[in-house]
Amino acid sequence: MKALLIRDIRLAMRAGGGFGLALGFFLIVAVLVPFAVGPHGDLLSAIGPGVLWVGAMLACLLSLDRIFQLDFEDGSLALLATSPIPAEAMVMAKATAHWLTTGLPLVALSPVLAVFFNAAPGAYLWLPVSLLIGTPALSMIGAFGAALTVGLKRGGLLLSLLVLPLYVPTLIFGAELARRGAEGAAVQTPLLLLTGISLASFAALPFAAGLVLRVNLR
Amino acid sequence: MSLWEYANPKKFMDLSGRLMPWLSWLTAGFVAVGLIWGFFFTPDDYRQGSTVKIIYLHVPSALMAINTWLMMLVASLIWLVRRHNVSALAARAAAPVGVAMTLIALATGAIWGKPMWGTYWAWDPRLTSFLILFLFYLGYMALWAAIEDRDTAADLTSVLCIVGSVFAVLSRYAVNFWNQGLHQGTSVPVATGNRSVDDVFFIPLVIAMVGFGLLFVTLLLLRTRTEIRLERLKALERRERLA
Amino acid sequence: MITVRNLCVGRGGVALLRSVEFTADSGQMLVLRGPNGVGKTTLLRSLAGLQPAWEGEIAVDPEDIVYAGHQDGIKAQLSVSENLRFWAEVFGFGPIDAALERFGLMALADRPGGALSAGQKRRLGLARLAVSGRRIWLLDEPTVSLDSDSTARFGDIIRAHLKDGGVVIAATHIDLGIEGSVLDLGRWRVTGEDQSGDPFLTEGAF
Repeated sequence: MKALLIRDIRLAMRAGGGFGLALGFFLIVAVLVPFAVGPHGDLLSAIGPGVLWVGAMLACLLSLDRIFQLDFEDGSLALLATSPIPAEAMVMAKATAHWLTTGLPLVALSPVLAVFFNAAPGAYLWLPVSLLIGTPALSMIGAFGAALTVGLKRGGLLLSLLVLPLYVPTLIFGAELARRGAEGAAVQTPLLLLTGISLASFAALPFAAGLVLRVNLR
Repeated sequence: MSLWEYANPKKFMDLSGRLMPWLSWLTAGFVAVGLIWGFFFTPDDYRQGSTVKIIYLHVPSALMAINTWLMMLVASLIWLVRRHNVSALAARAAAPVGVAMTLIALATGAIWGKPMWGTYWAWDPRLTSFLILFLFYLGYMALWAAIEDRDTAADLTSVLCIVGSVFAVLSRYAVNFWNQGLHQGTSVPVATGNRSVDDVFFIPLVIAMVGFGLLFVTLLLLRTRTEIRLERLKALERRERLA
Repeated sequence: MITVRNLCVGRGGVALLRSVEFTADSGQMLVLRGPNGVGKTTLLRSLAGLQPAWEGEIAVDPEDIVYAGHQDGIKAQLSVSENLRFWAEVFGFGPIDAALERFGLMALADRPGGALSAGQKRRLGLARLAVSGRRIWLLDEPTVSLDSDSTARFGDIIRAHLKDGGVVIAATHIDLGIEGSVLDLGRWRVTGEDQSGDPFLTEGAF
């Protein structure tokens, strides 16, 4: 499992691995939105946490099909399925690798982008914290969606359609946590719920995704 | 002779074939009585005027939109546990009915919302939940459509249905938390017994709800029969090709 | 080491082989023969546990099996040794140098997977068998795109594996020069009328 995790991270970092893709997309969203809504400081600081959460979510969505698709196409996935690694552990390793190469850089970049949105002081702490807690859930839910669509030729659009409603609770609690944190309001409820979603996703979804992967490989 | 016998396509076709005419007439009767009574023989509400009458479409369709998903969830579990082919096909057959009910509920809600709240759409928890439910139906149907092999498609959509159900409940809770909402409380509380609707409106509403329930069962049987015939056709074609 | 009883396998809703029976013991090689589409790949995938059997039984310890299909699962961005080391770690088995040496990959160790020729890729794919440490090799057309030298070398490797008490079940039309029993799958083939099993083909129109 560790070997798979390391291999996936290494593949993502090498040329053509798409490491910078999500970061670039996140940056583009954050730069373009102020152009579209106008340079009003109050408005930007009000919508900032929400826009950055949507940006992070879309950036994550963009790279989901890489989780299993490439390994499926070159046959690695079938070989891994016959190896000692159980499918559930494989999902866990790949979702973790996806988070480390996609979610974590977004977390690191988010306070910088918050500057563009005239963010309140609280946002510099709570936006990255909310992303840090919430993006693992995005990676794991995405891995489930990617496992569902792995056998399909052009599964990208379908993957987005399937994952979109599954992302709603994470997005709601994540953006709410960032917003409340920015405004200095009580953060405990969304904080606990968001943590709960992330933990529960990692605890339960590998089983669903593993089952689905085995179905897709047969 | 157990209930599972009807998971055999042939048995299911025989039984459902005998039931269909009766069910169709019963459905037509209940829907017609419920809607005609509701639309033409109830007084206007003193506050809402005649706009209130859209309730006879809105509430039954909203009810069936949710119950259809529940039925799909049960059918998916049956498929995953006992691998009854009719169960998987029934889940597939139910989805378009469910999406139609969801759309009716959303559309009638929007039409009703304009005179009542002054807006077609508000990001109210109930409306938002139905929008999410609509997306779930779309994803479910798209996944069925995208996969050729029947067993694979049935397995994948079943898992999606179960995972989707968990996330649907979570979303319902999340949107509640996110916005307390404009939508009035339920008009038809089952448990408490005190309802906000007068008998004059309520009796035709119950009839309409029963009618929509029957309509769902009728459409489900009809569509499942079609799906079974389609599968049989495919199987026959496959046999021809190989012979 | 592996016993198959009354096995029925199929693909895409079509039964291909029925009542398959065979046994392979330590040190034995089975060669699967039969025309294209008879179900060689399907049978191998079923033995590997990738797809469920329709009926029947495969008595084998899954921990013994390693499978090599049409695709080698080689990552273009990783070097040959990185590719192989990954599989060695996955299977939790020793060093890779011996395997690189035996498959004639030592000189290519630092070359990226993407720069290999088809035959070199195949050799790397087969080297995975050696680092898996598993006893039963399931091979689907293993010699495709190998030149005659490499084919002979692979024959030697199989012979050594059999001598160590391994089992090889291979679908191949090439003679590797190894004593092995030939399984002609043709006799288990399911023909047109016989492929009931589909619940939607029950008698009586509906």
